[in-house]
Amino acid sequence: MRWGRRAEAAASAATLSRTTIDLADVSHSYGDRPVLTNVSVTLTERRVGVIGGNGSGKSTFARLLNGLVLPSAGTVTVDGLDTRTQGREVRRRVGFVFQDPDAQIVHPTVEEDLAFGPHNQGLPADEIARRVDEVLVRYGLAGHRDHPAHLLSGGQKQLLAIAGVLVMHPQRIVFDEPTTLLDLTNTRRVSRVIDELEQDVVVVTHHLDSLGGFDRVLVFEDGRVVADGSPGETVPWYVARMS
Amino acid sequence: MLSLYVPGTSPVHRAPAGLKLAVLAALGVALFLTGRLEWVAAALVFVLAAGLLVARLPARVLTSQVRPLWIWLVALFGFHLLATDPMTGLVAVLRLLTLVIAAAVVTATTRVTALVAAIEWLASPLRVFGVRPARIGLVIAMTLRFIPLVADRAARIREAQAARGADRVRVVLVVPLLVQVLRMATTVGEALDARGAGDVPARRIRGTV
Repeated sequence: MRWGRRAEAAASAATLSRTTIDLADVSHSYGDRPVLTNVSVTLTERRVGVIGGNGSGKSTFARLLNGLVLPSAGTVTVDGLDTRTQGREVRRRVGFVFQDPDAQIVHPTVEEDLAFGPHNQGLPADEIARRVDEVLVRYGLAGHRDHPAHLLSGGQKQLLAIAGVLVMHPQRIVFDEPTTLLDLTNTRRVSRVIDELEQDVVVVTHHLDSLGGFDRVLVFEDGRVVADGSPGETVPWYVARMS
Repeated sequence: MLSLYVPGTSPVHRAPAGLKLAVLAALGVALFLTGRLEWVAAALVFVLAAGLLVARLPARVLTSQVRPLWIWLVALFGFHLLATDPMTGLVAVLRLLTLVIAAAVVTATTRVTALVAAIEWLASPLRVFGVRPARIGLVIAMTLRFIPLVADRAARIREAQAARGADRVRVVLVVPLLVQVLRMATTVGEALDARGAGDVPARRIRGTV
């Protein structure tokens, strides 16, 4: 079932324009503390996983991909757009889902929060309403349309956070540990939602079993990419290294 | 206000938020201009009819707003018994009761977005001083969103402290709460960037949900 959905999503993705994210000799430091060192990768695959220990630089890498963090050295481009000078255009192409949905939901009710991103994009009211209705139904949130966001369950909040990004129609979505705060049922639910996305995705995760169908996995350690390949190659290597 | 909106399609729900706020303000002024019991009582009946019969709000929505007020209403009446006379006390109590119920009807029939849009409209003359009304609206909406969240974080810290032997609320609650809130504020700032908060000039699209 899961593979069938993946195949459907892959077929739909063929109609979406693909993104290329290029990091050229990128380093980043917080004050005197280096967190990424000379990272050079080009992401063209539809599904990219990012794994590594705590403090290995994964989250900073994820934030570089849509210009939330600008590199201390080197360049990051999305389809040729430099995150340093064209951040606004980059963020329209690359959405971001945070680990803690509570920090991402900024309006009091579900419907109002979903309308926030498209409103910022300057879309007309009828288009905003159409898109909001679409994601409310798609993610089973239609019954919670006027619900206060703080009363949703953890899984529903993460779905709302994902829907709040999808409603902006990005071409690629970066997920920063989207299931870390969820129980098993909601982890599976959110993983399934990510599986079914038509967009290109980059998923930072500690759940190695969710990477089976990915096209490419990057392994981070001490701010460097220490392994890069298919899940079949990188995940067992990472597990052995951590053991 | 944080979670009072009750979905509906009544004429009260459909009325513009600005009109409802204007009526609320006018009612407040009128109630304080009159000292006659029959006018204040009529206003209370009018507000209850608008809330219960026209907007078809559940009675508990209104009673839940009035319940915390009972002690103050009793105290107010008691004060007037001592300082003035029972009739003046009754007018004062009904006046306050009417205003609280009227405010509850407005918040229960108006989306936060619509209220914020009305406030943005009121703030629009401030543009000449470089103020962006949309930013004011966003601040109000985010305040409403994050009050319960911060309260929840405070409760968790209190629980953690209690689990480690702290038997009463202490000032030390403030420091970890402040650290958590500041940390969250950093992520919220990133989320606002990621969702394009600074991408459009200050303006609000009419009819936005």
